[in-house]
Order: sequence, then structure tokens, then C-alpha cells
Amino acid sequence: MLPGQADFTLPRPAEPVRVNGRRPIPEVPSMNGNGHHPGLETPPDPIDVWDQRVAAGLAFLRRRFAGNYEVDDFGFDRELNDAVFQPLLRVLYHDWFRTEVYGIENVPKDGGALVVANHSGTVALDALMLGVAIRDQHPQERHLRLLGADLVFRMPVVSELARKSGATVACNPDAERLMSTGELVGVFPEGFKGIGKRFADRYKLQRFGRGGFVSAALRTGTPIVPVAIVGAEEIYPILADLKPLARLLGMPYFPITPTFPWLGPLGLVPLPSKWLIQFCPPIPTEHLTDLADDPMVVYNLADQVRETIQASLLELLEKRPDPFGL
Amino acid sequence: MTSPPRVVVVTGVSRYLGARVAARLAADSRVDRVVGLDPHEPPTALRELLADVELIRADARAASGALAGLGAEAIVHLAVTSAPDPQHGRAAMKEQNVIGTMQLLAAAQAAPRLRKLVVRSSTAAYGASFRDPGVFTEDTEPRAVPRGSFARDILDIEGYVRGFRRRRPEVAATVLRFAPFISSTADTTLTRYFAQPVVPTVLGRDARLQFVHVDDALEILHRSIVEEHPGTFNVAGTGILALSQAIRRAGRISVPLPEGTLSTLAGVARNVGIGQIGFDQIDLFVHGRVVDTTRLVAEFGFTPRTTAEAFDDFIKGHANGSSITADRLAAAEKAILDGIRRVRAGAASGGDRH
Repeated sequence: MLPGQADFTLPRPAEPVRVNGRRPIPEVPSMNGNGHHPGLETPPDPIDVWDQRVAAGLAFLRRRFAGNYEVDDFGFDRELNDAVFQPLLRVLYHDWFRTEVYGIENVPKDGGALVVANHSGTVALDALMLGVAIRDQHPQERHLRLLGADLVFRMPVVSELARKSGATVACNPDAERLMSTGELVGVFPEGFKGIGKRFADRYKLQRFGRGGFVSAALRTGTPIVPVAIVGAEEIYPILADLKPLARLLGMPYFPITPTFPWLGPLGLVPLPSKWLIQFCPPIPTEHLTDLADDPMVVYNLADQVRETIQASLLELLEKRPDPFGL
Repeated sequence: MTSPPRVVVVTGVSRYLGARVAARLAADSRVDRVVGLDPHEPPTALRELLADVELIRADARAASGALAGLGAEAIVHLAVTSAPDPQHGRAAMKEQNVIGTMQLLAAAQAAPRLRKLVVRSSTAAYGASFRDPGVFTEDTEPRAVPRGSFARDILDIEGYVRGFRRRRPEVAATVLRFAPFISSTADTTLTRYFAQPVVPTVLGRDARLQFVHVDDALEILHRSIVEEHPGTFNVAGTGILALSQAIRRAGRISVPLPEGTLSTLAGVARNVGIGQIGFDQIDLFVHGRVVDTTRLVAEFGFTPRTTAEAFDDFIKGHANGSSITADRLAAAEKAILDGIRRVRAGAASGGDRH
């Protein structure tokens, strides 16, 4: 059939293509990316809205001051997280880093899973952004329970913020307890080797330690979801690492970045790089539960996860030619 | 073997927990004879409880003779103190906890008819380290020797019990690791701490705490004597309260102090004799301590009330020191909300007039 004949119809217009992560202008911008468009609903009486907001805010404050909230065994404070931490981090996630997420369907709907990602960026902002991404994009709005280095839990204030946001010490008993109670656990096997590496080594995965995370997943039969995060490497590019000073301060590294320590507190502002997060298909481990203590199985599986993340990193980098583009 | 023991020796009956356990055993018809062993005379308040209990005023050193002569079938070791007595000090505490346990277990080893040993321990046995897992199971080993005196005593006591188990494997030895006790009337270092109107805490730390209600602890102790539950068990209410949350629920005001300052102040207060906050408590407030009670519930078939419920009972008994109660907060909330509504209504009607 040729064009010009009676039953010829115009091809359907293509779906709007994301231009560097921003949809074309006519679309209604959505803050949470869940297809919830607050602007489309008929706005109720504005006075009532404000009255409700004030009442809700006061009720929240009253609950907090009366200690009338629930905290789980690890110190995770769901209410505080949803009301305070997540909205603050979302500003960074959405407006500052313009994060795009691919393959969120690879994160299981329910039940335990171990999310394994690459680690970079001098401070562990990538861990927090990964948590926001899952909370924001996942249809079940799942919480990510991070496993952090013991240094995090050594520091006052930071340790309590970490615990309240759902993190705990990276150790097998805690990881297994969380996974067997159906939680989504996030781990960064590179640890300080990952976040403390120099800018020249960006997007080169470091060693994955002894693969303790794999044996924890095997023992509980939990699927492993490899994740590649692109963007965190550029937020505080480490040009040099003052090792003696780091040793003196008891830190794993002392970074020199283009802005830190030259600009003082201003140097703590992360550079606004463009972030992409890719969730890869889960690797099932149920059939390997008996082999959790076999070092070869553990090592090979850790290597498989590492290869998957490295390959997705390279793929994502091709999607993002300009680190600071929109 | 599983029949209840006929003759039970209870140590530490001059104190609240020991007296209550002994009294409850004496009331149990399955137990013929309950003997209380304590070097101190029980205070008059506990006298009535101990009416049916034979009392022997002797310290553990004299125990060997007593145990053999009585034909004890079970020993309940509760003479373990968690804080130094202001009169006798730390030396006496260690003497009682460590040396006392050592001698009692030596005597128990020689007691021919013994078939049951129950020892009071504490979740302090897990020590305090930044690398600790968030939740301790009975199999977790402490990473370092803790700096608190009570915690160190507990490690020694459990060490002696391990030795005893090796030497008398046929005796069912039960070690109960209790979370801090709490109830409306319990009087411990921690309850006195929470009863103050203004509560000092460690700046930048918000420990996860667990409590066990004294009545539930008594139930577990009683069951471990009349039934047979060998092994080591965590005894705590499920769930946790953050320290800040507990203070808020109790309506107290917290004063966060840097850890060093708090240690110094606590030391000064201890020397003056107005407080018993030691390294044990400070470590607890820095690290927190949460235990898994799955094994306890499965073995005893008894679930202690949750930490939050146990703490609610404490709040009920100590309402008169609280300043920020839930009722007052609710009243303040209502007042502010009404105030805002009134102001806005006023502004709206004022706007209409123009």
C-alpha cells in the first residue's frame, strides 16, 4: 500500500524523548517521578490546605516531642526519614544532580534483596542518592537499608543520623538479619578504596574485598542486584590524597579537590554533575545456599557482580558524554 | 530428671530480686525447701516476703559446707550486683560478684545431688564496640574487654560458669543475660537516672536501649528453676527505645553533654555520693545494646512484654518528675493551632472590610 491511498494514516508521533534527562517542556514536571501530577488535580480551597498543613506539622512535632514514634531494632526511624531526610535529599537528587534511573523493575517488589553498587565521590553521597532513587522510583517505594563502615558509627552525630536513616554496621550478622526479614540491603564492597580513589581512576572498579557480601546473600538465599552509579565521581574530584595528614586525623584519606580545602566550607558543595543509575537484572542465589562457605563460589560470584557493574558503568558513560550536561 | 528440684538454694536474698525469687519458689508446692544464702541481713521491707524461706547468713566462702549439708538440688545465683554500693565501694562489689561466684561454683561442683544451676548474667556480656553488630545473639562474642566494672565482672562470672559446665556436664546450667530491669517500683541505677527531672545524655549519641520488666524476669527465673532449660539466653523485651525517645516518653528534659564532660561529671558525682553513673552506663549510652530473644521465646514458651510496654509501666510509677507530658504537649498543640486559626480568621475578616 502506498502513501496517498485512502486508509493511509499518519504514523503516531513518537513518545517524547528525554533530552539529557529533561523531558520536553510541554510535559508537566513531576517531582517524584511516579506519574503523580499535583498540578493536575483541582486545587481545593487554599485556606483549608494551609490549615491542614499547619495541623499536620504540629501533630508531627507533638509526636516527636512526646517520643510517640516507632524505631526498629537497628534504630531506623521511618517517620523521621520520610518527613525530614528524604525530602532534603530529594532536592539534591532531583534538582542538583538531575538523576536518571534505569531498570528499577530489576529491584524485587518485595522480600529481601542485596543491592550492590560501585562507590565513589569522596563522601558517600552515592549511597544516599541510591536510597532516594529506590524510594522515589520503585512502585512499592521501598526503603534501602545501607551497610556502612564502622568509621561512620564511630563518629558522634553522623552515627546517629546513619542509624536513624536505616543504616547499620557492615557485618554479616546484621546483613543476614536484615535480608532474612525481607529488607532491601545496600552495600558498597569497594568501601574506602572506592570513594577515596583519585579522579584519574574514575569509573575503574576497585577490589571487592573478600566478597563477604556474597556469602551473606548466599547464606540467606537472597538475590543480588548489581547497580552502576555514574555521576558521583565528579562531585568532589580528588586530585591528590595527603596520606600523612589523613593518618594524623585518623581518616582513610585526606582529599585535595579543586575546591577543597581552598574555598573552606564552600569547598564542601558538591559539583553539579549529571547522575545516571542503572539497576541490572537480579542474580538469584537460592540454589547456592549450601555453598556459602565455598570460597571459590563466593569469589566467582563476587567477580560476576563486579564485571556486571563495570560493564554497565561503561554503557552509562556512553549515554552521558558531558559529565556536567543537563 | 525434669522433675522440679526439691531443695533450692538462692543467693542474694537480701536484695529485691533474690527475695522475690525465693518467695515465689517457697510458694511453689513442688519445691520442698528453699534456703536463702546471703552474708547480709535482709532489710525489713523484704522480711515479710521471706517468711517461708530458711535464711543462712553466710558468704559464699562458707557455702561449700552449707551446700553439701543441705543436699541442694538446684542453686540460683543472684548475688550479682550491677553497681557498687556507696558504703562498700567497688572492691566489695568485685569481691561479691567475681570471688563470690568463683567460690559458690567451687562449692557447687562438690555438691553431689546438684542437678541445676541458674546464674544471673547481663547483656553487658556483649561489651561495647563500634564494630558490634546492631543486634546481639547469644553466640556473639565481645570484641574487646569492656571498661565498665560490671561488664568486666559479668565476663568473669560467665567464664566461671563455662568452667563449671565443663567439669559437671550433667548439671543443667542456665545463664540468663538480662537486659536492664525496669518496672514501676524497681530501683536500679538506670531507673534512678530516668527518674531525674533533667537527664544528662551523651552529645551526638542516641543509644538503642532495651529493658526487661522485673515481673517477666521473675517468671523466666522461676521457669528456669522448676523446668529444665540448659543454655545461655538473652532476656529482654522485644523492640527498642532510643535513649532520646525514652526520655521524651518519660517527659524528662535531656541535657546532651560531650562524652568526656559527662564521664568527668559522673565521676565527681560518684565521689560526692550523688549518683552511680559509671563507665557501664556511659558505654551503654554511647553504643546502645539490643539483643535477639528468639532463643528465649522458643525455649521457655514465654514472651516478655516489649521494651516499650515495660517502660510505660515505669513512666506510670514516676509521673511526678516529668515536665513535658503527652497531655501538656497535646494542649500546647491545640492552643497553637487555635491561635493560628483565630489570627487567620481575623486577618481574613479584616481583609473583607477593605
